[in-house]
Amino acid sequence: MSDAPTAQTASSSAAEARIADAAYTGPMLAADGTPLKKSLNRALRLQKMRALALIAPLLIFVLVTFIAPIADMLFRSVENEIVSETLPRTTTLLANWDAKGTEIPDEAVFEALYDDMFYAIEAKEHTKLGGRLNYELTGMASLFRKSGRKVEDMGEVYQDQFEGLDAFWKTGENWNSFMGSDEWLASMAGWTKADGRQPKFKLREGMADVLPATTATYLKYAAFTQNEDQKNLYTTDPWAIVYSSLHKDLTGENALADYAGPAAEQLKAGAAAATSFETVNFSEAFLDIDKKWHDLDVWTTIKAYSPKLTSGYFLNAIDMQKSVDGAEMRPENQQIYGILFYRTMKMSVIITLSCIMLGYPVAWILANLPARQANLLLILVLLPFWTSLLVRTSAWKVLLQDQGVINDTLVWLGIVATDDRLALINNQTGTIIAMTHILLPFMILPLYSVMQTIQPTYLRAAKSLGATNWTAFWRVYFPQSVPGIGAGSILVFILAIGYYITPAIVGGTEGTFISNRIAYHISSSLNWGLGAALGAILLAAVMLLYYAYDKIVGIDNVKLG
Amino acid sequence: MADTKSTDAFVEFERVQKSYDGENLVVKDLNLSMPKGEFLTMLGPSGSGKTTCLMMLAGFETATHGDIRLSGTSINNIPPHKRGIGMVFQNYALFPHMTVAENLSFPLEVRKIGKSEREEKIMRTLGMVQMEDFAGRRPAQLSGGQQQRIALARALVFEPELVLMDEPLGALDKQLRETLQFEITRLAHDLGITVVYVTHDQTEALTMSDRVAVFDDGRIQQLAPPDQLYESPENSFVAQFIGENNTLDGVVKEIKGGVAMVQLDSGELIQAKPINVTKAGERTRVSIRPERVEFDKSRMQDGAFTLKAEVLEFIYMGDIFRTRLRVAGRDDFIVKTRNAPDQIRLTPGTQIEIGWLPEDCRALDA
Repeated sequence: MSDAPTAQTASSSAAEARIADAAYTGPMLAADGTPLKKSLNRALRLQKMRALALIAPLLIFVLVTFIAPIADMLFRSVENEIVSETLPRTTTLLANWDAKGTEIPDEAVFEALYDDMFYAIEAKEHTKLGGRLNYELTGMASLFRKSGRKVEDMGEVYQDQFEGLDAFWKTGENWNSFMGSDEWLASMAGWTKADGRQPKFKLREGMADVLPATTATYLKYAAFTQNEDQKNLYTTDPWAIVYSSLHKDLTGENALADYAGPAAEQLKAGAAAATSFETVNFSEAFLDIDKKWHDLDVWTTIKAYSPKLTSGYFLNAIDMQKSVDGAEMRPENQQIYGILFYRTMKMSVIITLSCIMLGYPVAWILANLPARQANLLLILVLLPFWTSLLVRTSAWKVLLQDQGVINDTLVWLGIVATDDRLALINNQTGTIIAMTHILLPFMILPLYSVMQTIQPTYLRAAKSLGATNWTAFWRVYFPQSVPGIGAGSILVFILAIGYYITPAIVGGTEGTFISNRIAYHISSSLNWGLGAALGAILLAAVMLLYYAYDKIVGIDNVKLG
Repeated sequence: MADTKSTDAFVEFERVQKSYDGENLVVKDLNLSMPKGEFLTMLGPSGSGKTTCLMMLAGFETATHGDIRLSGTSINNIPPHKRGIGMVFQNYALFPHMTVAENLSFPLEVRKIGKSEREEKIMRTLGMVQMEDFAGRRPAQLSGGQQQRIALARALVFEPELVLMDEPLGALDKQLRETLQFEITRLAHDLGITVVYVTHDQTEALTMSDRVAVFDDGRIQQLAPPDQLYESPENSFVAQFIGENNTLDGVVKEIKGGVAMVQLDSGELIQAKPINVTKAGERTRVSIRPERVEFDKSRMQDGAFTLKAEVLEFIYMGDIFRTRLRVAGRDDFIVKTRNAPDQIRLTPGTQIEIGWLPEDCRALDA
C-alpha cells in the first residue's frame, strides 16, 4: 500500500465524492420540487377517501348497532351511580363511618338518609335503589319499598307543630309570599294552566342567608313541583321536609334578627316557639319502620356500594362478594358461576374435539374428490345452514328424547332395555351432540380450504421416499393441515363458548352454558350489571384465547376459505 | 418370480398397457429395457403417455396389463414405499413444514437409520448439490433452482439405484435449466445411478441422455441415442418432433442402389434415402434438416438434383442465419447457415437453386 501513496489518495478522494453524494439525507423530491412524501400522500388521499366512503355505511352501522351497545354493556358491569345519586348526602357522611366497627351510623347519617330518601320517594327512585342493593343483600328491595310511605310521614311532626302554632304555615300561598321574589309573585298572580308554561320560581333576595336549610329544601321542592309534578306551585302546600328544614333553621344559626321582609313576624314567632318543639330522632324513627335499619349488614352494603364504579358485579360473576375486609368467596352453596364457566369451557373443548374428529375425514374426502363431486358434497355439508337453527335444534329434541327416534330404534334392536333408555337429552350429552352437529360446517370449511392447497405430490413424494401410508399422512400431510385445524377450532370454540339457544333447548339444567345465565340476567332478573360482567369475562376469555392462538400458531396462518 | 429376460436389463417394461377409463389406452403395448447406469429420457408431447409410464414405474399407477420388472423382479404388486426408487417431482414437492435437513432426513428416518449416520449422509448429499449452507432453511426461503437441488438431494440421499425425474426443470428459467441439466448428468454419471427422466423439452433430452425414448400416442416411436435420433429419425413424427425439419410430400418413382427417386406433388424429381418406403408408387414425406440444405452451386455434387427456390425472408439470429424460402409450392422451407465471414446473406426476392446430399434427405412415411 505504501508503495503507491499518490494513487491511493486519488482513489479515496473519488470515493469520498461518491459518499458525499450518497449521504444526501434530505427528503426525496418529486419532479416539481415538492417533497416526494407529500406528493405521494396527495396522490393517495383521493384513493383513501374513496375507500373510506365505500366502507362508511357499514362502519357507521357497526359502530352504532354493535360497538356502541357492547361498550355500553361493558360499562354497565362496573357502573354503580345509582347509590351515590339517590343517597348523595348519606353516602358522603358514610365515608367517615367505620364499617369494620360494631356501631351503626350516628344520627347525622340517619338525618341525611331521611333527606335523601324523601326526595327519592318523591321521584319514586327508592324502589330502584332497593332493587339494585337487593342483588348484593337479600331483603334490601322490601326494606326500601316498605320505608317509602313512612319516611314521608317522619317530618309531619314538625309540620303539625308549626301549623298548630299558626294557621299561616298551612298554605302554599303564605310560604310563597315570603320565599318567592316579588317579581315572580306578580307573574304568578293571574296565571292559570291555560296560559301555558308556569313562570319559573325565583327566590326572594336574601332569603338564602336568612334561612339557609329551608331555602335549599324549598328550591328542590319548587323545582320538583313545577317540573315533575306540573302543579301550580303558588297554590300547592309544601312538603313535610320543608317544615323540618325550617325547624332546623329556626333552632340553629340564622339571620332572622335583621330580617324585615314579608312574614317576618310569623318567622320570629316560630323561632321563639321552635326551641320547645317536640323533636324527631331519625335513627329511632327508621328503627320503627323496620328494625333492619339498625342492622350492620345494611349499612356495610350501602357503604360498600357508594362509589360510582364498583367491582361488585365482577366479584359476583366469579362467586365472590364484597365484605368489610375487601373481597371474599361466597358461601359454597351460593357458588354457581365458577361451575358454569368451567362447564362452558369443558364442553366447548369437547365439542371442538368432536368437530375435529368428525370433520377431518370429511374435509379430506372433499379435498381429494374431483371438483364436481366435491362441490356436491360441499352443498350437503352446507345444507344445515339453509334451515333455521331452532328447527335443527328442535329436530334433535325429537331424535334424542327418551321416547325419541334413537332410543326407540335401540330398544327395537334390543340393544337397550325399554326401562333403561339412554338419557340423551336435557343433559350435557344432548348439548354436545346437537352443538357438534350444528358447528361441524365451521370446522369442515376451513379444513377443506387448507387441504385443497396441500398438493397430492407431497404424499407421493413421501411414499417414494419410503414412507408408509400412515407415516406419509402423519408426518407430511397432517402438519400441513394444522392451520386448518387451528382455524376451525378457534371458530368452533368461540362460537360454542357463547352458544345460547341450543343449550337452552336440549341442555336441561346440567347442559346449560354461561350464556344462558347471562340471558337470564339480561331478560329475567334484570341484573344487567351482573350479566354485563359475565359477558365481559366471556369476552376476555375469548380474546385471551385468540391472543394465545396468535402467539402459538400465528393468526395469519389461518385460512377460512 | 421367474426371470425369462436377459439379466443385464435393470428396468424392464413388457407389453405394458394402461387405461384409466376402460375405453382408451393411454399406454399401448410398451416394451422397454434399460441396463444399469443408463440415463434414459422419455420425451414426447403432453398426453403421449410418458408421465403415466413413469408413475407406473414409481408405483403410483398400476399397469392395466403387462409386467414391469426391476432387477428381474416384477414390481407390479409392490407398493411405492417399498420399491426404493428415488423420485424428483416437477413442483419439487419439498415438505414446506420441514427444513432442508429435515426434508433430507425424512427418507433416512423411515429407514430407521441412526442419527449420526443420517447427519453424515445428509451433509454429504447436500455437498453433492453445493447446498451445505442451506441445511437450516425452509423450502419457502429458497429460490426455484435451490429448491430443485434440494429435491434432487432428497431423492439421492437414501442411495437408490434408480431415480425417476418428472420434468424436474420445467419451472426454471433457461439459464438455470442449463446449469442444472449439466449437474444432473454429472451426478448421475458420478454416482452410477440409473435415471429415467421425463421431459417435453427436446434440447434437454438430447443433451442429457444416453438414450431417448420418443413417445407419441401411447407408444415409443423411436428409442435411440440422441445423435441417431436427430440424424436418422425413423418416422415422420420423430423427424418433426426432434429439431427443425423441412418436409416435402411426393410419390416414390423408383428405388435403386439405396437411393429413392421421389416425384414431388409439384412435379419436381429429387433423390432421397429410403427409410420407411419399400417400393415404387408409395406416397412419402421427405425430410431435410435446414442446416443440410445447400444453395452454393460450387459446394454441390456434380449432377445433384436441385430445386428452384425464391427467398422470402432473411432472419439474422446472431450465431446463425435463418432464411425462409418458397420451394415446390410451399413457403415454409427453412435454410440455416452459420454466421461465418464468407457466408452469403440472401436478400428476399432472389431466385436461387437449392440441393442436398441424397443421404441427408430421408423418405419417410407419408
